[in-house]
Amino acid sequence: MMKSLRYILPLLAFLVLAGFLARGLNLDPREVPSPLIGKPAPSFALTRLDDPATTFKRDDMLGKVWMLNVWASWCVACREEHPLLVEFSKRGLVPLYGLNYKDKRPDGQGWLARFGNPYNASLFDDDGRVGIDFGVYGVPETFLIDKQGVIRLKHIGPLTPDVIRERIEPMLKKLNA
Amino acid sequence: MRRFFFTLLAMWMLAGSALANEAAPLAADPVLEARMTRITAELRCLVCQNQTIADSNADLAVDLRRQVREMLRKGDDDAKIIQYMTDRYGDFVLYRPPVKATTMLLWFGPALMLLFGFGALAVVMRRRARAAANQFEPDDPALFADPHQS
Amino acid sequence: MIPEIGHFALWLALGVALMLSVIPIMGAARGRGDWMAIARPAATLQFVLVAFAFGCLVAAFVGNDFSVLYVATNSNTSLPTHYRVAAVWGGHEGSMLLWLLMLTGWAFAVARFSKHLPAPVLARILSVMGWLSVGFLLFLLLTSNPFDRLANPPLDGRDLNPLLQDPGMVFHPPMLYMGYVGLSVAFSFAVAALIGGNLDTTWARWTRPWTTVAWIFLTIGIAMGSGWAYYELGWGGWWFWDPVENASFMPWLVATALIHSLAVTEKRGSFKSWTVLLAILAFSLSLLGTFLVRSGVLSSVHAFATDPKRGLFILGFLVLVIGASLALYAWRAPSVGLGARFEWVSRETFLLANNVLLMAACGAVLLGTLYPLLLDALGMGKISVGPPYFDTVFVPLMAPLIFLIGVGPLARWKQAELPQLARRLRWAFGAAIVAALLVSWLRGHLGIVSTLGLAMAFWIVAALATDLADRLRPNGIVKTSVLHRARQIPRAMVGMMVAHLGLAVFIFGVTMVKSGEVERDVKMAVGDTTEVLGYTFTFRGVQSLPGPNYRAAQGTIAVTRDGKPVTTLHPEKRNFPVTGAVMTEAAIDAGFTRDLYVSLGEPLDGGTWIVRVYVKPFIDWIWGGCLMMAFGGFLAATDRRYRAKVRQTQAADAKVVA
Repeated sequence: MMKSLRYILPLLAFLVLAGFLARGLNLDPREVPSPLIGKPAPSFALTRLDDPATTFKRDDMLGKVWMLNVWASWCVACREEHPLLVEFSKRGLVPLYGLNYKDKRPDGQGWLARFGNPYNASLFDDDGRVGIDFGVYGVPETFLIDKQGVIRLKHIGPLTPDVIRERIEPMLKKLNA
Repeated sequence: MRRFFFTLLAMWMLAGSALANEAAPLAADPVLEARMTRITAELRCLVCQNQTIADSNADLAVDLRRQVREMLRKGDDDAKIIQYMTDRYGDFVLYRPPVKATTMLLWFGPALMLLFGFGALAVVMRRRARAAANQFEPDDPALFADPHQS
Repeated sequence: MIPEIGHFALWLALGVALMLSVIPIMGAARGRGDWMAIARPAATLQFVLVAFAFGCLVAAFVGNDFSVLYVATNSNTSLPTHYRVAAVWGGHEGSMLLWLLMLTGWAFAVARFSKHLPAPVLARILSVMGWLSVGFLLFLLLTSNPFDRLANPPLDGRDLNPLLQDPGMVFHPPMLYMGYVGLSVAFSFAVAALIGGNLDTTWARWTRPWTTVAWIFLTIGIAMGSGWAYYELGWGGWWFWDPVENASFMPWLVATALIHSLAVTEKRGSFKSWTVLLAILAFSLSLLGTFLVRSGVLSSVHAFATDPKRGLFILGFLVLVIGASLALYAWRAPSVGLGARFEWVSRETFLLANNVLLMAACGAVLLGTLYPLLLDALGMGKISVGPPYFDTVFVPLMAPLIFLIGVGPLARWKQAELPQLARRLRWAFGAAIVAALLVSWLRGHLGIVSTLGLAMAFWIVAALATDLADRLRPNGIVKTSVLHRARQIPRAMVGMMVAHLGLAVFIFGVTMVKSGEVERDVKMAVGDTTEVLGYTFTFRGVQSLPGPNYRAAQGTIAVTRDGKPVTTLHPEKRNFPVTGAVMTEAAIDAGFTRDLYVSLGEPLDGGTWIVRVYVKPFIDWIWGGCLMMAFGGFLAATDRRYRAKVRQTQAADAKVVA
């Protein structure tokens, strides 16, 4: 029997492989999970998009749960999620701040004027350094940060009603409790 | 008169060759640039995802190359720069996977496969050595008549 | 109308394939000659129908029929005609039809060139190939129909990706697919033999030429892909360990092991069950490669637009075909005989060691390619595995293999003596080391890795020379000339020598390029020069040129060496209005001892441009070596004993009839 047992090894090895491949069909190889979840949000000090004289720092938001949405006027996908963000901000569930990533002031302001401004304020990150610190690699991206200043959620890509309902709202409940 | 013109011509030609310059390197500091290229050649561009940060023309890659140059100028070593990248983007950004518990099988796998292969070969040889002569096929005489056994 | 006819032809082909899959093999089981006789005509008809369907698709492309969805997505009226043909396999559906064309083509070839095979054997082989056709036809017809129509056809198509508008696109996929699909023949021979129980040296002799020819195509296909990437992508790389490249390299490694294993099985009857397993694995890896490229499971620059539903179908097909054949193997292999006896030191064991090393290398590539998926599937994080891993792991596995290449051919079958081998080869070994050190010293580049690489290349050559010298040495009392003795060497042996020499050329090229290439990025105004490895590059400016479907900025760069003109290079930056893409076309002056490679970067102010200049020593030896390997394979496959057997069998048949 032992003699025949070793001939079955190739088949078994293949079936294990096939199992992994099947699992792989449901995964997205391009999605980059963030190593910053559970770590303090990187500190930053940026001027406001609408007011270059005012600086906004990370620590200004300590004690509050808040949402940071990375957007840009040149970003096509941001247009997709924008109406949703405008609606969401009206619900007042969480203070919403924007990170205007690698943009020009007039372009960014013009874009908000045209399509609506859901943000309490937008921060102007013209060289993208703060974006890099947050691990941004594609726009739009959305972060949820808790009262201690720790990043608790990152969503890559445009927000959808499903994402808001299934990921953001439950997390907000948890963080506000 | 002729000598005058020839001298003028010679001076003009010399001036012309003085104007043909040695092209300036693109990078201000080639040594630093070479180090930057070496480091970023092992980092994955997260936007296009199938190019290195050294090769990619994506905005993020350009920004990250600038970041690495600054860090090198500040005197940071390779390990610090790698740490900077993985802090923000995770291990996914490294084309050379780190050696940790989850990648032990990856790094030692090939050596293990080789050992297993030669081990299996030894076992098979031993089994054949113990087998009775009548379990084998006879040799082809034609093959052994050929001095080179081609 | 034509697309519908093509579509219908595919349905007919499915019907024929179903008949081919069932009737002949049942005929073989029951001894029904009339059922077995269906195999040949069915294989032929299947091929004719698929070829016809392929022709319909080509017609749709050449005729700019944008009512066909696939044509609209991959072509455009401004696309030159030859690229419209290449665009047929530019996307997933069309490339699957190409796969199918090759598959039925190979089945037809087997039907045509196998008069020496007994009817039951041929029937089983063709039926197995029929199962494969059924699978691919179903996949095509149910999930990837290239003939789907668009309700509202656009006025013009979306155009072929500019990167693919290149001669490489015309040749590389067909060559590669011929290789991938060609391995299905060895697979079918193996499965048929397991079913029929006729695994012997004859089986090995039949399988060998088919495997070698598939291997030749795969070698050429991979080499072409590498060469194409080199001149097309603009930064001078030629191998990236990209998942899709790996997907083509793994079958190649296993096919190489298979060729060597078949040699032993044919000569000595040994390793039968191992050879059968290799034949199954080689084609399995081809199928796996097809899956990886089209399922979206791995991120790759080559990957087709993906659809998880298709991925599931291919995976199901994979599990069915590979699972069934490995199950068949598990059931039948234990009863296969041991073949002839051989000692611990013998040509057989050297070839077995060759196989172990090649399989370990293949395993390493598979591990590295799939590991990110493995970790992600287990929820253990996301990593990347790139060239730094593969380069580190692959080279140490190759070094002992290359050492064996020198020793194996000199070892006798059944029993060899190590001291005798060492004595014969010590000159070659010494010469290789000395030559490597000498060359390194002359280059002024004494790195350990590059010297080792050179030593490996020289070792192969020196050991080959030793073997050749032995064969050409006068032996015995009968006086013969060197030329006569040279002609005595069997063509298959010459093929082996040429192929191994090709590998040495390849290793030499890789070593010299990797350790000696120089890259320079400079800002050039008109008249500026830069000097690299003795070559002076002078920038003469950029002018605007129209192309068939693009607008180009063409640079002119004069190259001189020691004041003497060498060449003028014209790198381009091309703008494609339809897709908005910008392509960098490098200008290359290929030479026997070096390539001069120039590409344009971005324009700066005042007519200044960023220019990238490379000098790459001996890089063409990489592809030259691959072509030599393929040629060696060709010599081996056309050895007279394959042709003689046909003649003998035909003579024997004639005698029987008479």
